[in-house]
Amino acid sequence: MANVNVYFFGKKYEVPDHLTIMTAMEYAGYQLTRGCGCRNGFCGACATIYRIKGQRDLKMALACQTKVEDNMYVATLPFFPLVKEVYDINRIEPTQAVMMQLYPEIYACVGCNACTKACTQGLNVMQYIAYAQRGDFKACADASFDCVMCGVCSARCPAGISHPQVAELARRINGKYLTPDAEHLIARVKEIAEGSFDDAMKEIMGKSDAEIRELYNTREIEA
Amino acid sequence: MYPESYQESLKKVAEKREANAFAEPRRMTAEEKEQVLAENHPDYREDEFEALKVGPNKGEKAPHELAAMLQAHARIRPGDVDLEHPAYDVDVLILGGGGAGCSAAIEADEAGADVLIATKLRTGDANTMMAEGGIQAADKENDSPAQHFLDAFGGGHFMAKKELVRKLVTEAPADIKWLNDLGCEFDKDESGRMVTTHGGGTSRKRMHACKDYTGAEIMRTLRDEVLNRQIPILEFTAAIEIIKDDKGQAAGAVLINMETLELFVVKAKCVILATGGAGRMHYQGFPTSNHYGATADGLVLGYRAGAKLLYQYTLQYHPTGVAYPDQIYGALVTEKVRSLGAKVVNKDGDIFVHPLETRDVEAAAIIRECKRGNGVPTEHGYGVWLDSPIIDIKNGEGTVKSRIPAMYRMFEKRGIDISKEPMLVYPTLHYQNGGLDIDTNCMTGVPNLFAAGEVTGGVHGTNRLMGNSLLDVIVFGRDAGKAAGARCKEVETGTLNLDHVEAFEKELREAGIETDLVSPKLLPKYVRERTVLEGPGIIQ
Repeated sequence: MANVNVYFFGKKYEVPDHLTIMTAMEYAGYQLTRGCGCRNGFCGACATIYRIKGQRDLKMALACQTKVEDNMYVATLPFFPLVKEVYDINRIEPTQAVMMQLYPEIYACVGCNACTKACTQGLNVMQYIAYAQRGDFKACADASFDCVMCGVCSARCPAGISHPQVAELARRINGKYLTPDAEHLIARVKEIAEGSFDDAMKEIMGKSDAEIRELYNTREIEA
Repeated sequence: MYPESYQESLKKVAEKREANAFAEPRRMTAEEKEQVLAENHPDYREDEFEALKVGPNKGEKAPHELAAMLQAHARIRPGDVDLEHPAYDVDVLILGGGGAGCSAAIEADEAGADVLIATKLRTGDANTMMAEGGIQAADKENDSPAQHFLDAFGGGHFMAKKELVRKLVTEAPADIKWLNDLGCEFDKDESGRMVTTHGGGTSRKRMHACKDYTGAEIMRTLRDEVLNRQIPILEFTAAIEIIKDDKGQAAGAVLINMETLELFVVKAKCVILATGGAGRMHYQGFPTSNHYGATADGLVLGYRAGAKLLYQYTLQYHPTGVAYPDQIYGALVTEKVRSLGAKVVNKDGDIFVHPLETRDVEAAAIIRECKRGNGVPTEHGYGVWLDSPIIDIKNGEGTVKSRIPAMYRMFEKRGIDISKEPMLVYPTLHYQNGGLDIDTNCMTGVPNLFAAGEVTGGVHGTNRLMGNSLLDVIVFGRDAGKAAGARCKEVETGTLNLDHVEAFEKELREAGIETDLVSPKLLPKYVRERTVLEGPGIIQ
């Protein structure tokens, strides 16, 4: 395996080419506290900006998911000041007005699409903001579902939009108000509260070790 | 893109795919399971464990790596902090900002308590965020809490505390509803009916999911709710010692700012340990699917304060960790891949195990298959194929992309299309089955010291089923929050002290333990070995 030159905050380090940006930083000697979370692409802690020497475009990535390249200039973005508005999920109305009240800046979107280009998850960010503008929470929720809230989109936004928080609001509204209720779940919760299953539970808990083993080993498994 | 050396094996897998897709492999008998575990599972390797010499579990075994932390020195001496002038004085102090910690915070807040959360990294930096596959609840017509009990208790080798399992399965449907009412987006059909599947060891299809971002969706909903309630959170702040009072009750904690290394004291009427698991301890040298902060801190904090552990010697090795490519070595491949029909096959494309045995049995069977020479060689050892293209064959084209988008993305970034090619997998350290022993109110053996989630033991016996840990963090997180929220109204805190830290040091000396190590570990050290000047800013 070959080595490549990577520049962390402008300083050059020679690292093996199969490492990720995150493991390359550790190889170089950084004991990470900021900018490192799940290390598996789910938490958005390790948002990173880089540019390959000689190229003009700026790239955004999760450090834990991205391999190093030769002549990569890296800066980390371990925190970004997103706007998170406070609301009561039980009192809001699932209408377009909610977005206007809480996140009016989404209507200042200039359509530059920098957010979409920056997304580390490859989401169509500008499109889901457009859905939010229209009050189409379901479409916004679906299009933003894979968001890890790293905040890179917001860092690139000239309108000051906090896209991940807008999407979070849309998903909670969709999950609570716009998706049909699970009737079987509501019924089961009621049955349990009424004690319908207490006897069966008492019976199984009272079984001897041998009895419960027999019951387990011969239980029928749903096809 | 798979290397040339894998192509011959991949060809065989592809040739047998159609037949494998519709094959119904036999499940193992109870005797066969016992044998494959005893001969292959890492928990059964006696040379990897040692007897504890001090503390509440003295004489019991623990993994070497954990024993070293449990029997290490405290990071501070009692005189290092001013216990008479705490920086915070609250009703309920919650240590940990994952699924259990946030659930507890919401309920304690709901109960009217003055709550403070302290978390080592960011809120939501936790294994909850990474749980992909699902969450169990017996809410379908053909299912019942007793059936769920049987699966969980049997899957845990009949070792779980029955009362805790009863709570887990009985409160499950109400907690799914609670999450849904908070706005958590579960997979439903058009009528609102939950889409549920099997997990390893389930006898009914009761696995609820939010695509394969189930934990992430739950975690971001809980986090948003904590923020809406404006519950104070100290991020990048770790607990390094529990504080007790002259009555022997837990009464706060010593915290450290992870960046400035400033120490300070929090006084609290009740403390909830929700610090999570231990994958980053890398027991037996295994890679892990866990997040960066999973270093068994809560076990150390509780143990030094006098709380007993239960089943600290059982760990869960998830059968399908990534074996290739190297950049994601050890990362989780969700069990949902097998729930949706993928088969586990060897280098010749032959099925050697039912894909939905319990995790310990499945992992042991994969280890055995590789020992028999039927694995595919990798840089770190061996792997077997998890044949994901079968999912689309069985459920229709596009299922992989729509039902397991996170898995698809993770491999696609490395040039592997898992709807067309299989994944190479090997067991990865995934879950701490054991932990702090709690009663049905989530209290440890130390009065007013509560615990919930992966830091506890007893809920899952010696093997946890898929979908029961997300459930565990919600059920017991909420219960711990409610219990502490009620309890704090009656507590009279005495004079704070760290006498137990001194007493533990004395015990170490008397047991003849000589070590330079300090604990809790806080973070793993992945920095390459080299000569550096140890100085300010370096935690270790």
